[in-house]
Amino acid sequence: MANRVVVTGLGVIAPNGAGIPHFTESLKRGTSGIQHLKLLEDLKFSCQIAGLPPISPVLISDYFSDLERRNFNSTGITYGVMAGMEAWQDAGLSISPPEAPDYDSGTIFGAGTSGIDKFREAIYKVDNLETRRMGSSVVIQTMASGVSAYLGGKLGLGNQVSTNSAACSTGAESVLMCYEKIKSGQALRMLAGSTSDSGPYIWAGFDAMKVCTFKHNDSAEKGSRPMSASASGFVPGSGAGALLLESLSSAQHRGAHIYAEVLGGHVNSGGQRGGGTMTAPNNTAVQQCISRALTHAGVQAQEVDAINGHLTATMMDSIEIKNWTVALQRKGANFPYINSLKGMTGHCLSAAGSIECVASVLQIDQGFLFPNINCEDLHPDVAACITSDKIPRQHMPMEINLLAKASFGFGDVNACLLFKKYQS
Amino acid sequence: MTKTEILGRLQPIVAIYTQDQDALQTLNEDTDFIKDLKINSANLVDVVLDVEEEFGIEIDNAAMEKMLTVKAAMEIIEIKLQEDDRK
Repeated sequence: MANRVVVTGLGVIAPNGAGIPHFTESLKRGTSGIQHLKLLEDLKFSCQIAGLPPISPVLISDYFSDLERRNFNSTGITYGVMAGMEAWQDAGLSISPPEAPDYDSGTIFGAGTSGIDKFREAIYKVDNLETRRMGSSVVIQTMASGVSAYLGGKLGLGNQVSTNSAACSTGAESVLMCYEKIKSGQALRMLAGSTSDSGPYIWAGFDAMKVCTFKHNDSAEKGSRPMSASASGFVPGSGAGALLLESLSSAQHRGAHIYAEVLGGHVNSGGQRGGGTMTAPNNTAVQQCISRALTHAGVQAQEVDAINGHLTATMMDSIEIKNWTVALQRKGANFPYINSLKGMTGHCLSAAGSIECVASVLQIDQGFLFPNINCEDLHPDVAACITSDKIPRQHMPMEINLLAKASFGFGDVNACLLFKKYQS
Repeated sequence: MTKTEILGRLQPIVAIYTQDQDALQTLNEDTDFIKDLKINSANLVDVVLDVEEEFGIEIDNAAMEKMLTVKAAMEIIEIKLQEDDRK
């Protein structure tokens, strides 16, 4: 029989909060983590605001030894290790002894790139004919699976240790992959999550594509405006989110706190057909992804209480809302509540899905909906699909039984997950 | 440079990479970098780079391969320093 899968640990490094307590407080208050960065202004970026997690060197030294911090220059690995270890500790798990790993625990921890600043350093050395002076620190920080490799070693994971990559749906995909692993009985515990490097070298490509806002360089906290009529492009962010998934029987055996149950979901692709391209979604595929996620989870559309959308603050937001109404066959006042974390964090790219899954699970566990900030002027195309009260602008206490979370990414890829309040 | 001087300058370099602080206390010519000091084999190249910087020498690939013990490291350092004196 298939195992039920639950969330027993959470960890996060987000622009508006490092660690679960800080992040939860920011969620409830609607605190923005977007700031103006002089570095981006100096580098003549169109969008000079971004979401950068507030972490200090002292905090980093709690997670990385002196030796590990020598020649270390990978923000993505830093964030991922911190969030991953927080989730592991939050679940009440101990670290494997030096002799042998825990063969029942693994990780699929996603990333878009790894150590892009380290990669830059290495490229300068190579071009300067100093390859032999690079030392041993380049590969482990720039290999795509760097983050899962670091986590695997720190925790002593003996099951699968890997990294997935599916653009901005990476984090949601990671949760689904880890879920499948436990459901099928191949692991008892999987650390799901994803990370994103920060800084100009990761954000520049988006700036050059003109998909980021250039209108809020003097009003950073107002810059990220999902579902707003005045949304003018996304604000780049960074960080990491982590969720410790566990079989229900293992969680019960340990007496662990259960934040929520993962009912399953679906990932698919629009195949860059039917209107889909490298950067735009095939809407039929988005709708298919959501409806198949519901079927796979064994729930009806009418049961969904809340949605945590992808909703990046571009003109795609109203199209996403439309896709939800079609997939769920619910609109107007019959639509579930919906929110977007990106108003507070910006778009954390490959980390977005996992940070947003952490926020989703916190909402279920603590019974609230976080506010959609910067959405006081609701976009008319959104308002034409769903009633305004379905988009809470203030913190709202609410018992959530079933929540749908979706993420979409370049390459025309989609992911949708269903989280349920755990009832014993 | 005397052997004691070389050993004295080598000690803080390996101290960064060792995962066995006890072995560091008894560092001598017979100490093996991997077996005794538990230095991660990937870090051996970093030890070599730090030695190059500390002693102002360049250690070629062939010599680098032999640098697995304190004794071998000291011999290589001595030879390179002498070569440099002759230049």
